[in-house]
Amino acid sequence: MIEWGPLLLTFELALVTTVVLLFISIPLAYWLSKTKSRFKPVLETLVSMPLVLPPTVLGFYFLVAFSPGNAFGNWLNNWLGIQLVFSFGGLVVASVIYSLPFMVQPIQAGLSALPASLPEAASILGKSKITTLFKVLLPNIKKSLLTGIVLAFAHTIGEFGVVLMIGGNIPGKTRVASIAIYDEVEALNYEAANFYSLTLFAITFIILLIVYLVNGGYLKRFWK
Amino acid sequence: MIELNFHKKLLGAEGEMLLKIELNIQKGALITLYGPSGAGKTSCLRILSGLLKPDRGSIKVHDTYWFDSDQKINRSPQERATGMVFQDYALFPNMTVRENLEFALRKGQTKNIIEDLIEVVELGDLQNRNPETLSGGQKQRVAFARALVQKPEILLLDEPLAALDVKIRLKLQSYIYKVHKEFGLTTILISHDIGEIVKLSDQVVVLEHGKIVKKGSPQEIFINKHLSGKFQFTGEVIAIDKEEVVYIVTVLIHNSIIKVVADSSEIKDLNPGDKVVVASKAFNPILYKIE
Repeated sequence: MIEWGPLLLTFELALVTTVVLLFISIPLAYWLSKTKSRFKPVLETLVSMPLVLPPTVLGFYFLVAFSPGNAFGNWLNNWLGIQLVFSFGGLVVASVIYSLPFMVQPIQAGLSALPASLPEAASILGKSKITTLFKVLLPNIKKSLLTGIVLAFAHTIGEFGVVLMIGGNIPGKTRVASIAIYDEVEALNYEAANFYSLTLFAITFIILLIVYLVNGGYLKRFWK
Repeated sequence: MIELNFHKKLLGAEGEMLLKIELNIQKGALITLYGPSGAGKTSCLRILSGLLKPDRGSIKVHDTYWFDSDQKINRSPQERATGMVFQDYALFPNMTVRENLEFALRKGQTKNIIEDLIEVVELGDLQNRNPETLSGGQKQRVAFARALVQKPEILLLDEPLAALDVKIRLKLQSYIYKVHKEFGLTTILISHDIGEIVKLSDQVVVLEHGKIVKKGSPQEIFINKHLSGKFQFTGEVIAIDKEEVVYIVTVLIHNSIIKVVADSSEIKDLNPGDKVVVASKAFNPILYKIE
């Protein structure tokens, strides 16, 4: 029997994660692209850590930190009424951190590549930093934004270790497609595993193809 | 009156350099900063516009301090009434020509000025184009118009015409002159083109290694000998050739090449690449209409 639940949950998680990441990454990438602070390398390293660490390491520490038996988890539970372990909220928090470099790095690179004279010209024209960011800088790095959004989305779809550690395998709550595949294979249910795998394969292929088509300018040529 | 008196340590190509400027500029003047690259000309403009902060000193514009290290005054670029044309024009690629100008409007400022400016710099046909589709001269005109939208008190032009060919250059020089007069601007120009400087500016300030080494009218600065000649042009020596007993000096003046006969005493200090004045007197010039 094939359920759509895990697939829907996967895309819901990827969507929420991407939106949250967008709000976090734009200010963070903007700050990183401008700052001369001594802490910049430290912060850049922290942002990039999920690229190299095994996801299980992150998942393990999230599990420890968020568990209600722990001071931080306990505080979250008592004061905010949030339980992050084995919940969708926990998956979102973990995914946001896990996919952070995929969103921050393209945006930061895009902002750094813009000529410094653009924000300078805007400031001489009396425009605030916020106006300059939204009216001048971001509209000129649309490709980087698209790359960041899609990579973060696709990376969240492909996540396994972090989700397994912190989310477990609760159907309808934390059982995303990647976990479901593992589960079905363990149960020797190859047909269902194949269905989830093929769907993920096709969808991620299409998403990435669109990015390369758009950023490579192929679509414009096609429309002409 | 604009009173500049500041210094700042700069890190240049040749190591550390102290930029030290003491200069008064009359309201309505067009002055040129002249000097070798790395002398601190661009830094002067950036300091004036607020993009760069001097280490010490003051900038006083019409009795208002824009910067004063003693009183800890430092107006941000947003709070200074300057317009600036950047070397790379800095047009916003995501906006059309018209949108670039409209973006420059102050809150609540009417759009009338945009129509005026589009007319003055003849951008009517280009107003819906994207900046990257424009030629250098067209970009230059947009940047120039955009710098004027807020009617700044001081217009800063960082080698605005350096990348353009002679014909467009001449046309833009006349735009700059016209607008400078019409808007009652105080303009500071960076230029390496002596012809342009002589034509446009009231005063030349020569910078070397961050210091003002000379200032005066263009005539005083560039034409040391007082000549009674009716004709004088500045140009660049391209070649010096010996022909029997005389020398033939080839000089590039704007885009025409002329040859001048000189004797050995005249060419003693002359080398290809030198800027020279070609002057002549006691003959009757003839005018031909060509256009």
